[in-house]
Amino acid sequence: MVLRRLVKSIRQYMPSTIATPLLVSGEVVLECTIPFYIAELVNRIKDGASVSEIASFGGILAIMAIGSLLFGMLAGMTCATASCGFGKNLRMDMYDAVNDFSFDNIDRFSTSSLVTRMTTDVTNVQNAFMMLTRIAVRAPFMMIFAFVMAFRLGGRMAWIFAFVTPVLAGTLILVASRAMPLFRRIFKKYDRMNESVEENIVGMRVVKSFVREEFEQQKFDEASEEVRRDFTRAEKILAWNAPVMQFCLYVVMAFVLSFGSYVVISTMGMEFDVGQISAMLTYSFMILSSLMMISMIFVMVTLASESAARIAEVLDAVPNIVSPDPETAVESVADGSIEFENVNYAYAANPDNDVLSDINLKIASGETVGIIGSTGSGKSSLVQLIPRLYDVKSGIVKVGGVNVKDYDLNVLRNSVAMVLQKNVLFEGTIKDNLRWGNPDATLEEMKEACHLSCADEFIDSKEGGYDYRIDHGGANISGGQKQRLCIARALLKKPKIIIFDDSTSAVDTKTDALIRQGMRKFIPETTKIIIAQRTASVEDADKIIVIDGGRIAAVGTHKELLNNSDIYREIHTSQNSGRGGADDGR
Amino acid sequence: MAGNGPGRRRPGLAPGEKLSKGIVKRVVKDIFSFYPVMLPVVMVCIILSSLISSMPSIFQQKIIAVIERSYKSGDWAGVKSEIFRYIFVLVSMYVVSLAATIAFNQMMATITQGTLKKMRGKLFNKMEMLPIKFFDRKPVGDTMSLYTNDIDALRQMVSQSFPQMLSTVVMVITVMGIMLYYSVYMTAVILLGVAAMTVITKFIGGGSAKYFFKQQQAIGKAEGYIQETISGAKVVKVFCHEKECRGDFEKLNDELFTVASRANKYANTLGPILNNMGNILYVIVGITGGFFISANIKNIGIGGMPFSISLVVPFLGMTRMFCGQIGQISNQINAVVAGLAGCERIYRVMDEEPEADEGYVHLVNVYEKDGELVETDDDTKMWAWKHPHKEQGTVTYTPLRGDIVLDGVDFSYDGEKQVLFDVSLYAKPGQKVAFVGATGAGKTTITNLLNRFYDIADGKIRYDGININKICKVDLRHAVGIVLQDTNLFTGTVMDNIRYGKLTATDEECIKAAKLAGAHDFISHLPEGYNTVISGNASNLSQGQRQLLSIARVAVADPPVMILDEATSSIDTRTEAIVQRGMDALMKGRTTFVIAHRLSTVKNSDVIIVLDHGHIIERGDHDELIAAKGQYYRLYTGAFELE
Repeated sequence: MVLRRLVKSIRQYMPSTIATPLLVSGEVVLECTIPFYIAELVNRIKDGASVSEIASFGGILAIMAIGSLLFGMLAGMTCATASCGFGKNLRMDMYDAVNDFSFDNIDRFSTSSLVTRMTTDVTNVQNAFMMLTRIAVRAPFMMIFAFVMAFRLGGRMAWIFAFVTPVLAGTLILVASRAMPLFRRIFKKYDRMNESVEENIVGMRVVKSFVREEFEQQKFDEASEEVRRDFTRAEKILAWNAPVMQFCLYVVMAFVLSFGSYVVISTMGMEFDVGQISAMLTYSFMILSSLMMISMIFVMVTLASESAARIAEVLDAVPNIVSPDPETAVESVADGSIEFENVNYAYAANPDNDVLSDINLKIASGETVGIIGSTGSGKSSLVQLIPRLYDVKSGIVKVGGVNVKDYDLNVLRNSVAMVLQKNVLFEGTIKDNLRWGNPDATLEEMKEACHLSCADEFIDSKEGGYDYRIDHGGANISGGQKQRLCIARALLKKPKIIIFDDSTSAVDTKTDALIRQGMRKFIPETTKIIIAQRTASVEDADKIIVIDGGRIAAVGTHKELLNNSDIYREIHTSQNSGRGGADDGR
Repeated sequence: MAGNGPGRRRPGLAPGEKLSKGIVKRVVKDIFSFYPVMLPVVMVCIILSSLISSMPSIFQQKIIAVIERSYKSGDWAGVKSEIFRYIFVLVSMYVVSLAATIAFNQMMATITQGTLKKMRGKLFNKMEMLPIKFFDRKPVGDTMSLYTNDIDALRQMVSQSFPQMLSTVVMVITVMGIMLYYSVYMTAVILLGVAAMTVITKFIGGGSAKYFFKQQQAIGKAEGYIQETISGAKVVKVFCHEKECRGDFEKLNDELFTVASRANKYANTLGPILNNMGNILYVIVGITGGFFISANIKNIGIGGMPFSISLVVPFLGMTRMFCGQIGQISNQINAVVAGLAGCERIYRVMDEEPEADEGYVHLVNVYEKDGELVETDDDTKMWAWKHPHKEQGTVTYTPLRGDIVLDGVDFSYDGEKQVLFDVSLYAKPGQKVAFVGATGAGKTTITNLLNRFYDIADGKIRYDGININKICKVDLRHAVGIVLQDTNLFTGTVMDNIRYGKLTATDEECIKAAKLAGAHDFISHLPEGYNTVISGNASNLSQGQRQLLSIARVAVADPPVMILDEATSSIDTRTEAIVQRGMDALMKGRTTFVIAHRLSTVKNSDVIIVLDHGHIIERGDHDELIAAKGQYYRLYTGAFELE
């Protein structure tokens, strides 16, 4: 299942993928034949062959060796192309899959796990793929071929392999089956130990301010000792592989030398000759080291199979929000009106627990609407239903009079701009970031948007102005500046509806007010929805919606709500006690 | 195989990076000091085992010589005893070798893991002693990779490379000796072949190293992009930016493919090339041997034996052995370089200057007797600074009160850019001082100086009248509690995390502290109450809950002086009120320095210090500062951003 899913990603690298095992087989066949002919050569020499006879034999052998070398090199190259190409395709396919994900899909995987799947897991699978196409073909094939050659060459002597092969194979299986689960468990412990090291590094100020250095040292020593004990135990099991391999080689060696010389002498070199003695030793080495290799591959592949399963999970995930059929999809948004009809919503992961219940709401195009409520009351969920980032459980959300599910997704989302609570800027210039809103935006348009979001002042103060480079994650600008840029970016979409999800929390109150004023003045026809923690941010809205426990608790203007909503009044009072000089309970 | 878990990148040397001179010596010395007896024993076992492994060719030669002499007669009975004598010696040697192999493999497991543990321990112990400055300078990821990548590289080096290299050296020397004993000419043939293999290994290895480095860079770029756009996946969706992102990623992904496939081409061809050059050499040895015999060329060798088939056959075996060793070395070289590079980085941290502490004033338990303070070992809940005066040879005891004075303090993190200028302020016991100012104004810096995370350049800080430079850091930090903005918790139970403030605290004391902080309510609602295990990043707790825990943690420590760094992140009003109450409860009766983000906190302070670019620009209580209509007034009225 998993395998079949991943194999689909080989695509244009199929020829290299198929060529690799073929080339490897060629290499192995030639490699295994060489000792056979060397044995012949040795026998001839012993019997006093002429120089020319030796030279012609040598010629054949040299060609075989060179052929084997060429096959081997080519296999190495096709294998590199195939595995790296496979890795590339896997990454691309996963990237595409994630691009099609809905917010819901993303939540379910969590971003950090998606990143791991696309990086480390792909690397693991790619390495295993390299192993599988090359070594996994080479080792068993070599073992079988060396067996055949050994029997052809050594006759009954080769029966010794019937003894040593099971001994080695048995040991390898035993060791792997006992060590593997142990290792897997220890790796978890090991990871936990390293996590606690990270806690220490990150929390070093806490450690130092509580003078807990020695306490932490002791704690670490205990964890580290446990890891050491377990690892030593597992590695001691693993350490039996090498001696058993050596034991098998020794047995073959002693047997071939003793029984071999008996056969040579007693048959006068008829059944078996001196040359064969050395060839038998070579074959035994080939067979036994192939076995070792096979056991290694098994371990590698089991480890990688977990990664493969994680990748397949992403590839197989079905995006649960998709555009409707392009034939019937609505291609334009008429205006910025919004309507909620009996909307209920629950997270897909927890469908019985409604996050929003019985939401009925009408917002006219161009209105400014404030939304207030405590964390977890469902404010963000409510607005995320508008650009269809999540789908309702029941009921209908309409934008411009049309059910959001009937719009082409891109059309809808391009008309509904959203400034997210957890917002991100991307590495690149300010211009690059602004162009997310509109790829064709002129500098004039950008300046206009930035003026509206009060971002122009700080941009002008930066070196290079709009060409100022923003670091990964926007680390080199302040929180308030980041929010202002994010607003400008959304404004550039020239949306019919713009939603601010607590997106001015780090902006000072004066600028906050300025931004709201500006929007009222310059984009009057755009519907503006503002989620805020501070009542000050929504005071001047046309209407304010108070959400409590997933329900609309009250709707009205600031003044009305102060009179008739307890929740609103409580929030307002608690935030303004400092300002109004009211007693704040101390 | 072990320790090479998912996602651990094998670190090598970056181009231009060089290993320092004494590094090998230092590593060997360290391991020796960990296992002064076991390591030499292991080495003897390895030498023994490799010596014996190189011997069979001698027996092969002797036995084949016997066969050569007598196979035409077919008289097995005549030579039986001679052959079995050889076999007997060989088998007894094998037994010894096997015993040695088992012994050293088992002991190596102990040594490897023991060495890793001791290195890790040394590193961690050192790390805990380093000054905060070190952690400012180094990204967390860098320090972490010492524990993951570098220790892993060390494991590979100790467990595999070290025994392999030793065994290779022994085998190469022994086999060389045997070869020279038999025939100088044949030895020369093999050495020529080996030389050619070495050259090729170096050439291909160089190409592979170059592209693997490029691959690392390309991986870094592609992963960075994945990290960025997947973390920002929701923004990508909101802006319908999927197609653009896909295009950018495809470019990076293709680049990665180009260098990765090239790097792997080099790496993948090296194996077959070495392997088959070994085959070619094997063939050449066979042919030249045959040629020497049939052309009747006089042999030169220490053993003085003539060319014969009994010489050529063992040479064939020895060719394999020799070539195998070259392959092994080429495998191990990278591991050794990576291991040494890892050690180098680890040692660099171990060689860092630890946090110095020349303080001699200690915090001790005291009780009062006839108006005098008397030192005691009992837990009297009464503390005093024990201040020995060298010149007079006397000791004074100053009661711990929490009186703080900063006098003309200048400070710079790097010795170049000054961040605090002539800061003077004082706080009487129990007073509350609020710091206000923009990011980078120096608020956090001042608090960092109080418990000596950093040392000041000029000026004085006094705690209960004692210069804090004279106070032993351990005792000073016991006397200064801190609630940081980022609430770092540690993996363990909730109780463990509260007890972090005072290790000897009983469960009752911890619960009392939790109640004081207002954390008791939510803790009781956790699935296992105080025994609920939380992880360091405490993803199972909300931001507000984490803050409550960190308040409880300080409450248990009960220090007379507190530093509070209010969190800026927006938490909902209800939780905020609870956190606020917890903080207020904690501040009661203590000297408190608070980096304030909430107006109510600021307003209730005894003194408000307004900072700007490291200067105190205004000070006074709320009413005074409002009346002054200065910077504070503007901040307060929202005309200015706090953060």
